[in-house]
Amino acid sequence: MDIKHAKDYLYWLYFQYLLITCCYVLEPWEQSMFHTIFITVFAMVVYTGYVFVPIHIHLAFEFFSQIFGGQHESTVAIMN
Amino acid sequence: APFFMLPLSANFFHWIYKNGISNGGLYKRPFNEHFEQAPMYVAVFTYLGFGVGTLFGYLRDFMRAWGLEKCHLATEREEQKDFVPLYQDFENFYTRNLYMRIRDNWNRPICSVPGPQFDLMERVTDDFNWTFRFTGRCIKDVINMGSYNYLGFAETDANALKTVADVLQRYGTGVCSTRQEMGNIDKHVELENLVARFLDVEAAMVFGMGFATNSMNIPALVGKGCLILSDELNHTSLVLGARLSGATIRVFKHNNMQSLEKLLRDAIAHGQPRSHRAWKKILILVEGIYSMEGSIVRLPEIVTLKKKYKAYLYLDEAHSIGAVGPTGRGVVEYFGMDPDDVDVLMGTFTKSFGAAGGYIAGKKELVDFLRTHSHSATYATSMCPPVAEQIIRAMKCVMGLDGTTQGLQRVCQLSENTRYFRQRLHEMGFIVYGNDDSPVVPLLLYMPGKIGAFARRMLDKNIGVVVVGFPATPIGESRARFCVSAAHTREMLDTVLNALDELGDFLHLKYSRHSRSSHPELYNETSFELED
Repeated sequence: MDIKHAKDYLYWLYFQYLLITCCYVLEPWEQSMFHTIFITVFAMVVYTGYVFVPIHIHLAFEFFSQIFGGQHESTVAIMN
Repeated sequence: APFFMLPLSANFFHWIYKNGISNGGLYKRPFNEHFEQAPMYVAVFTYLGFGVGTLFGYLRDFMRAWGLEKCHLATEREEQKDFVPLYQDFENFYTRNLYMRIRDNWNRPICSVPGPQFDLMERVTDDFNWTFRFTGRCIKDVINMGSYNYLGFAETDANALKTVADVLQRYGTGVCSTRQEMGNIDKHVELENLVARFLDVEAAMVFGMGFATNSMNIPALVGKGCLILSDELNHTSLVLGARLSGATIRVFKHNNMQSLEKLLRDAIAHGQPRSHRAWKKILILVEGIYSMEGSIVRLPEIVTLKKKYKAYLYLDEAHSIGAVGPTGRGVVEYFGMDPDDVDVLMGTFTKSFGAAGGYIAGKKELVDFLRTHSHSATYATSMCPPVAEQIIRAMKCVMGLDGTTQGLQRVCQLSENTRYFRQRLHEMGFIVYGNDDSPVVPLLLYMPGKIGAFARRMLDKNIGVVVVGFPATPIGESRARFCVSAAHTREMLDTVLNALDELGDFLHLKYSRHSRSSHPELYNETSFELED
């Protein structure tokens, strides 16, 4: 029963994606083309986020803590 | 307690207590209109959907132009390719690439009378809506939420149509002439006297087609040197009539009295554009109920403005005659006003009377003028006698002249159905436009993908609806338009509402942020304590 609910919910999510991006009205080959492009772009966004976001947050944290607290911080300590 | 559950007079005092009396007490009853805006993400997704559709449209046009795909449409011939292009404007692009994909939801052939239920012919398409073929099957008893059958006169009951059958035997079907030549039949005179009595005016004139009534008579009433002030959302027939007349047209915002007053003041202060002479006539064109919005015109305010600035008023009651008002006499009766205040009363018989044709009513001088000067009377075939008899019998039924109270019952049933349907839709959380008393109920869908999905799934549940998108509505506000009828029983409305509830959850259409609970059974609970 739980599996059926989960499958129904996933199908509902997939259907919402089709409606929102107007893929519902496209022919099957156009839908495949759109899915490919969309998944590629989404994968690139996720990868970029994974590579760059933690480093940027860490640097920003260091920058702001330098302003408020530590004059003792040396510039050598940043690169780890 | 919810507003509509209080009795009527308590309703009214409650409303005055909350809202105060606006406009110096012009309105004798509460005027509730809603045009709720959807959350911002809905607009973003709508434009995103149209963007994706447009991109794929360009791709398909490219493929058609380079011969990679067979072109099913009309194109120019090889020799004409160097000329100015015929099919490149946005409207054709939209038709080719977006409308074609969901075209199976429109022009569905029906094969029975469009009463509260009807039969549809089943159509399938093998090549994505470019061509259709009939399977031969007939889908029976589809609940009809799209026909303009407000009082339920679209019926085939032999007893009810007895007089119509007699007239058909006596007169035949064709008139074969125009009104001014040999087409003036005694049925027309009888009908015109009845219409004048129904509307409580001096005289009326009937025409064979509702659209032609507007487009052919406005040019007879105004001409060059006159000013037409027309509502933003007026019907095409009014716009066509206004343009054909040659008068200057200025548009005011929909149902917005400040905008109208500003235009009137400018017109009177500055006069005609270059010569600054006074305008010969100022005509205000409004409709009783606007069919795409479901809103009712603010008639008391317009009549006050027209009297103050000495303009004329043309009221198109196509959807409101028979459908609003305590005895079905239209918006003039709905607001409790005097029909003499409106200069030209126009209406159609297509919607509430189950026939075809239109009328113009007003003072006797006006109607006599139109008998000689109207283009429709001179050139168009007049109304055929069986149709005239159908209108006569329907109107006599509504007025009570046939000795029964059936007409009044129909009007009351319609207003009850309207109130119930709108109240339930609001409770469920849909965004519904328009006035609480109008039987036209537009339910907003917004996204282009949902237009096709909604109509198809409702048909799978055996309910026929009309969905509208661009260009009949603004591009970001596509909707499904329901027309409540007096012939709908409570069970039919409940079936439709349950289907809408389910479909609203499945397609995620319940955007309203003012809604109450979507499960009203909780209001009947005696206590809200947890059971131990």
